[in-house]
Amino acid sequence: MADQTLPIPGSLDVVSPQSADETFLERLHDWVVTVDHKKLGILYVLYATLFLLVGGAEAVCIRIQLAFPNNHFLGPATFNRLFTMHGTTMVFLMGMPMVFGFANYLVPLMIGARDMAFPRLNAFSFWLTAFGGFLLYFSFIGGFGLYGVGSAPDVTWWAYAPLTARAFSPGHSTDYWALSLIASGFGTLGTAINIIATIVSMRCKGMTLLRMPLFPWLMFVVSGLTLITITPLTAAQIMLVIDRYLGAHFFDTMAGGSAVIWMHFFWIFGHPEVYVLVLPAFGIANEIIPVFSRKAIFGYPAMVAASAAIAFVSLSVWAHHMFTVGMTSGANTFFVLSTGLVGVPTGIKIFNWLATMWGGKIRFATPMLFCTAFVFQFLFAGLTGIIQSVAPVDWQLHNSYFVIAHFHYVLVGAIVFNVFAGIYYWYPKVTGRMMSETLGKWHFWLFLIGFHMTFDTMHFLGILGMPRSIYTFEADRGWNNLNMIVSIGGIIQGIAVLIFAYNMVMSYYRGPRAGVDPWDAWTLEWTTTSPPPEYNFAIEPVVRSRRPLWDLKHPDDPDWKYEQ
Amino acid sequence: MSQQMQRRYLKNSAIRRALWGIGIFLASVQGCVAADSARALSPINIFSRSSTPVMEIDHLALFVFAITGAVFVVVAGLLSFVIVRYRARKTDDDTSEPPQIYGSTQIELAWTVIPVLIVVVLFLSTARVIFAIQDAPKPPSALDVTVIAHQFWWEFRYPELGIVTANELHVPLSDSKHPKPTYLKLMSADVDHSFWVPQLAGKTDLIPNHVNETWIDPLRPGLYLGQCAQFCGMQHAKMLLRVYVDTPEQFAAWVKDQRRPGDKDPQTAVGRHVFETQACMNCHTVAGTAATGRFGPDLTHLMSRSTIASGAVPNNPQNLREWLKEPDHFKQGSLMPAMQLNDQQLDEMVAYLSTLH
Amino acid sequence: MSTLSVAQMPQEQPWQLPSRGRVAMTALIIGESAIFTIFVVAYVFYIGKSPFGPTPRQILEIPIFNTVCLLSSSFTIWLAERSIEKNRMRDFSLWWSATVVLGLIFILGTAREWQRLIYHDGFTIRTNLFGTTFYSLVGLHATHVVVGLVMLLLVLIFTLTGHVNQRHAERVQVLGLYWHFVDAVWVVVFTVVYIVGR
Repeated sequence: MADQTLPIPGSLDVVSPQSADETFLERLHDWVVTVDHKKLGILYVLYATLFLLVGGAEAVCIRIQLAFPNNHFLGPATFNRLFTMHGTTMVFLMGMPMVFGFANYLVPLMIGARDMAFPRLNAFSFWLTAFGGFLLYFSFIGGFGLYGVGSAPDVTWWAYAPLTARAFSPGHSTDYWALSLIASGFGTLGTAINIIATIVSMRCKGMTLLRMPLFPWLMFVVSGLTLITITPLTAAQIMLVIDRYLGAHFFDTMAGGSAVIWMHFFWIFGHPEVYVLVLPAFGIANEIIPVFSRKAIFGYPAMVAASAAIAFVSLSVWAHHMFTVGMTSGANTFFVLSTGLVGVPTGIKIFNWLATMWGGKIRFATPMLFCTAFVFQFLFAGLTGIIQSVAPVDWQLHNSYFVIAHFHYVLVGAIVFNVFAGIYYWYPKVTGRMMSETLGKWHFWLFLIGFHMTFDTMHFLGILGMPRSIYTFEADRGWNNLNMIVSIGGIIQGIAVLIFAYNMVMSYYRGPRAGVDPWDAWTLEWTTTSPPPEYNFAIEPVVRSRRPLWDLKHPDDPDWKYEQ
Repeated sequence: MSQQMQRRYLKNSAIRRALWGIGIFLASVQGCVAADSARALSPINIFSRSSTPVMEIDHLALFVFAITGAVFVVVAGLLSFVIVRYRARKTDDDTSEPPQIYGSTQIELAWTVIPVLIVVVLFLSTARVIFAIQDAPKPPSALDVTVIAHQFWWEFRYPELGIVTANELHVPLSDSKHPKPTYLKLMSADVDHSFWVPQLAGKTDLIPNHVNETWIDPLRPGLYLGQCAQFCGMQHAKMLLRVYVDTPEQFAAWVKDQRRPGDKDPQTAVGRHVFETQACMNCHTVAGTAATGRFGPDLTHLMSRSTIASGAVPNNPQNLREWLKEPDHFKQGSLMPAMQLNDQQLDEMVAYLSTLH
Repeated sequence: MSTLSVAQMPQEQPWQLPSRGRVAMTALIIGESAIFTIFVVAYVFYIGKSPFGPTPRQILEIPIFNTVCLLSSSFTIWLAERSIEKNRMRDFSLWWSATVVLGLIFILGTAREWQRLIYHDGFTIRTNLFGTTFYSLVGLHATHVVVGLVMLLLVLIFTLTGHVNQRHAERVQVLGLYWHFVDAVWVVVFTVVYIVGR
């Protein structure tokens, strides 16, 4: 590997090439026992990509069933299992591992460290999370599955009580749901603790917290949020398991228990959870938008403060999922206010991205295409969130297709788009090869068209009164044509994602070599080889500003002269 | 790629992006017009003018849509401008970087304060409507109905009128000068459900061990459709609602009809005997007979309903027969068991049930 | 390990970051606090709501002795931490053993209380809402005490076999942090169950 291409001359020893005569078993063993944050990060992302495809297949099945009124492609039992699994998969087996996978790979590199604070805990957390996911899918064949009765959970991904009680959900489907998520939840907690310890204790010399790049900052905030977000779900699920197996009465309405308290506990988890998913997406955008606009991020301190504010305020909004439950007018009013307020720091971030791009020289390579679409879509999603925060309007829109449209706009339009952007952006660093730009553009435009076809239309379905979680709909409600459009959009998105998967695999073998710094970027991960050696940096970096590579490339105009 | 082609490519993609920006802008304008088009597109939608609480929600909704629409137009417009104006051009000197601007405290303050003000305005207008709807004083002329949700059907009881029926709700017409709203007390016999008839009111959940209340104030007679809006099990999708808003004369006639005891046509005594000796009476009630079961719908006036199985199929002899023979045929997972009746019993039962007007 | 300056730097203070063990344990404690909070909220929510079955006042006896033992163990573990800092390993063994013994007394006391409630009063987790919330909250805490005792015992064994010395002071303090947390949770649980809830 030529040392001259490195921006820091002499910073890397010549690396002896990887032994090419490792057997397949040796390589497999290497990956299974690894504690290297980079390998674990890749494992997380591959795991999440697998479940992206599985969850996507579930979505396509759902949309085929809903393309026509009174369709018979899927029976009610199967449909209910598929949409429950789709939601549970996408949140817990796709979203969380993807986000923590990115963090695992990038955080130590970006802060100039050699690995995470606790590498063995890192490995343990990954395998625990993976186990949880496979346990959840085992439910399709476990219990009485595969004999027509099926044990996959079918109680929706929010699993309201008392539908989940033994009386109303006999069999093991709910148990698989609770136990697999408890297991993967502990894995997530381990990773969150690891990230916090890494960021606090292992930054390289000179990297004060206010000189840390924004992606690690956001992962720091997210990990802190995770500690108090996943744990309420774990607690509630433990209570559910105790109810089902020890005859307890936490959510047993017939013994005086409360169905509403499950809702409170679930949404105390559920709302901050979506911020756990979206803040890392913001982190990815915070790295990509400046590089492709050729400008420093506008308002770094404001971005840090806004991220922390979002995390903090998001803890107070949960009951906007419960506006129809019969809370007092005072309580409803409080949650209207708190939900509206969480929109303020979110808006600040959008404005800062706009200001970053303003006056720049924007290069629309594939990562930037996805990030640009993300900004538009997240703006729209945030605004439909504000619409629903108005409780009386939510009394109409709650549990309708408007809600599905809104959260898919955030989950897909913001998070998945940024995940794609991040993969295209960091793939060269991880593998040493560039992904195909042509295929990338095909992926982008097809996915964009399919996404808007599906999710723009869904807003109208909600306004026209179509509720969610229904395996079929009546033909006389005026929903027929719109559902067909939604379904076609879903198929188009599926094709786009398959193109992406092909690109990921094909580029690994045939993509052009990337070099150390293909995008002309500014953070520490671009100072080491592609892929980095196991020890990341031969010499621990010392930094003086937020963009150490910018300082090196522009010695007459370094950041540390101007940063606030 | 030649320089010329590259320029054209950049220009084309910029134009494409500009078109997207314009398209999105138009879509947001559409949003403000959605109200009227929604009404035209479908019999049920939330922008109806059929009931007081919905109208109050409508006005607030249009206000919120307008504000968020305006925000979207402004910000998306700026974004569209930025991606066209500041894209890298081939003619630019490739190695020079644009001026690096790190931030501005005044700008950050500006775009913090303005959104906070918008939130405050939205909050105040919302609070007003919340209290207006949730804490509306109940006029003495209001009609009381108790709604008990079951898996997968609706029980309606009129305590003051002594009526019990299922799945199809009749309420009297109200008007703004002499309001006669219907107040619904919402309870559940098993799991969580939600009562949603978009043209008449926002939805409210029915939760076991937790009594809720909502009200409708219908200003136009007619049939209004809705369905359960909280996943309640396998047949959540077929827990449909039909609400008939009757003129005062229609309502009086309906009430009179419902208060009669079950018809006892001697010609169908055989069928009634089947009904009473098979397990039907354990779950169903027919007023004036020995059948007093409460697990399933009250069948006293079954023939006054236009659908069976909570709106799943129209109420006619063939469907009724099929329902009795094999409920899973229409509603797989419904809690009505197949009663294993033979063909003769089925015919007799259908004949009997068809007399229950 | 040599470092390479990326840019010329003026003299800055020595680069000192908090120890990762302490940070991680603090993070774990924050997460665990959230779990306990949910169980406490459930307990408080259901106070007085059992439609049938025994009430706290009828069957609960305030476990004063147990509480004194557990809270004292916080003091003894603190003394142990000070000892190992100063390399007084005999004192360390003494105070550490005292901590383990006090913790064991607490667990045994809880076991005896439960035995009486279950076999004498017939009061179980499925009896009523009070039973559900009582056994789960107190049980969750007891589980954490048991896990802590296992860790303490391990350290005790390593100490008695001569493998622990002053170098391990930091790690011992991290474990001590966990033990203090368990005691603090007991203060909350005790207050909620035996004082507020009765």
